[in-house]
Amino acid sequence: MGTDSMPAPQGIETGLDRTPAASRTGTYLELIHSWIVTVDHKRLGILYICYALVFLLVAGAEALLIRIQLFYPDNHFVSPYTYNRLFTMHGTTMVFLVGMPILFGFGNYLVPLMIGARDMAFPRLNAFSFWISAFAGLLLYYSFIGGVGLYGTGSAPDVAWFAYAPLTERAFSPGHAVDYWAVAILASGIGSIGTAINIIATVFCMRCRGMTLSRIPLLGWLYATVSFLVLVAVSPLTAAQAMLLIDRYLGGHFFDTQMGGSAILWAHFFWIFGHPEVYVLVLPAFAFANEIIPVFSRKAIFGYPAMVAASVGIGFISLGVWAHHMFTIGMTSFGNAFFTLSTMLVSIPTGIKTFNWLATLWGGKIRFATPMLFSIAFLFQWVIAGLTGIMLSVSAWNWQLHNSYFVVAHFHYVLVGAIVFMIFAAIYYWYPKMTGRMLDERLGKWHFWLMVIGFHVTFDVMHFPGLLGMPRQIFTYEPDRGWTLLNQIVSVGGFIQGIAVLILVYNLVHSYFRGVEAGPDPWDAWTLEWSTTSPPPAYNFVVDPVVASRRPLWDLKHPEDPDSAFE
Amino acid sequence: MATVPLQHATNEAEWRLPSRGMVAMASLITAESSIFTIFVVAYLYYLGRDVSGPTPKEVLEIPYFGTVCLLSSSGFIMLAERAIEHGKMAAFKLWWSVTLLLGAIFLVDTGMEWRKLIEQDHLTIHTNLFGTCFYSLVGLHASHVIVGMLMMLITLVFALTGHVRAEHSYRVKVLALYWHFVDAVWVVVFTVVYVVGR
Repeated sequence: MGTDSMPAPQGIETGLDRTPAASRTGTYLELIHSWIVTVDHKRLGILYICYALVFLLVAGAEALLIRIQLFYPDNHFVSPYTYNRLFTMHGTTMVFLVGMPILFGFGNYLVPLMIGARDMAFPRLNAFSFWISAFAGLLLYYSFIGGVGLYGTGSAPDVAWFAYAPLTERAFSPGHAVDYWAVAILASGIGSIGTAINIIATVFCMRCRGMTLSRIPLLGWLYATVSFLVLVAVSPLTAAQAMLLIDRYLGGHFFDTQMGGSAILWAHFFWIFGHPEVYVLVLPAFAFANEIIPVFSRKAIFGYPAMVAASVGIGFISLGVWAHHMFTIGMTSFGNAFFTLSTMLVSIPTGIKTFNWLATLWGGKIRFATPMLFSIAFLFQWVIAGLTGIMLSVSAWNWQLHNSYFVVAHFHYVLVGAIVFMIFAAIYYWYPKMTGRMLDERLGKWHFWLMVIGFHVTFDVMHFPGLLGMPRQIFTYEPDRGWTLLNQIVSVGGFIQGIAVLILVYNLVHSYFRGVEAGPDPWDAWTLEWSTTSPPPAYNFVVDPVVASRRPLWDLKHPEDPDSAFE
Repeated sequence: MATVPLQHATNEAEWRLPSRGMVAMASLITAESSIFTIFVVAYLYYLGRDVSGPTPKEVLEIPYFGTVCLLSSSGFIMLAERAIEHGKMAAFKLWWSVTLLLGAIFLVDTGMEWRKLIEQDHLTIHTNLFGTCFYSLVGLHASHVIVGMLMMLITLVFALTGHVRAEHSYRVKVLALYWHFVDAVWVVVFTVVYVVGR
């Protein structure tokens, strides 16, 4: 071309049309291409969130099918085989393809912005982690086409989300449904471990000038704790899946009871992952509450060091409680006592957190915007979920109610009442930052109230069939059991929640085009992500920020009374 | 207020952060340790629970030679680290190659052990619980040795072509940390399989 002979600024000065010559379809292709090859933490965060929202709708639809099936006794809306697939896929999807990705999505988006960095520590590892997680989701759902399940019938995994051995062995699950399940979880585990490594390196190594450990926003601390839990708790699941695949493909005997293998060992390995996983999901929810409650109470968070200590404490204690899922399998009385006590111990740091949130609210000038409404509901629901948790941690009580709908109601109180509610709060709170537009508040209020009503109709009532002895995962029940009316109320509540989620989806799409312009700082908040434009430029900050307190934007807005004077 | 440069805060003190390479490698090692823990727990749990032979006592021989090679490679890689830190590239290449060679000897030693087990003792991953656990655990470790050797081989090739230089000593140290981990895991695997398990 001989560019050296060309006068350099010619194109600009002659007013050359600089818009790309490609056609409209070409630019769309370019747009899609730019999202596929991106290593920008913000775009990857949004990809994670969108991916999770799609699977939220899928798994939610599966839940509603389950509820239709249980509406009448002796119902035959779906076959027993389909029913097995529905609850297996509902559980697996919600945990691995909704919960983890959406929380990692927010982490990806927020952690670098909040600590004043321009990207994650390893942007390409970040992209790899997302795409392998996305692949895991597609692989799991491909099993509907490609897999054959329990006793060789039907498609898709049907061994429940904890996939107890030896049900998953070749002899009982021929075909490939279980293989899809195992490989999908293995792949999503690799993605999670990659993201966890990335978040830890980012939080500790990429902080802006002046952001000492005691000034990291609580969200950063909690995501670091979560990432540590992912490293030590998701890895055992990865190892257990490798063992399962060795059994299925290489003829190993890890969980083959005919050859001396142990089904109990699988249960241990699964719950060594399974219980910390609850905290992997709930700690980000706490992180959102830590950011949202102070801003809408117009007060700094109460007891920052105690909050950090409690969060890290929850992380450690949660590693020693797994066998409370296994009381009915049979343990020594020492084992029962140990796991009862260690489980109850978790309530101390979580209690500290709850009281600190209450103390933050106390005397505050509370603004009931939609994110705050969800946060307040979260506080109540989390406490109730914790109380039924303490009931279930007592081994004697657990023997009565294990694998009943009481347990289902309890963990949905945590997963929906605490985690999903805080995810919704986070969506309303950070959507303006991500898109530059506010979500519609009126629709938001509709979403909130329908969600609260639907949630309580469903999951408050669900405790009672459990107390009356209805086991989980049953396909149907006889009319004379006395569970019919309760199940019908639960199902109605489920559909109310479904409508609420559809309102959210409508709001997300509608506000993207029609929402009010947000500006850089719509909530008058204090952390660094609100100091840049909405949406932030690819490089986040024009000038690397320098901070002197936990609330850098407060210092900036109130130079006469900066936080840094008191820390 | 498009982008607020938060320059009012005066902070002239030196600002040092931990290096992301080391933190990330330490995190990876944490994750890998828990994977190994699960396989070790399975190995110990299933010791003596076999319904058919052969048992570890009958067939396993302690791999002294391979173990000495692998563990001493940790020392040689430290020499290599020190060499590249001081810019002595020739010494770095030498010690790095020695490390690689020792790793290779260890792998060959394991391969010969497996060959003997399969051909003479008819122990495969399918034979019994011991076979399943043994090949999984030792194989998991061997796969880590292979990964480490591949990364070291790439480094060596780039060092020979002059692309890895003294200013890259930090990255070499991150890789060396992984190798130290592989060696440390062997101490655990060796103890479990050949000392406790026999």
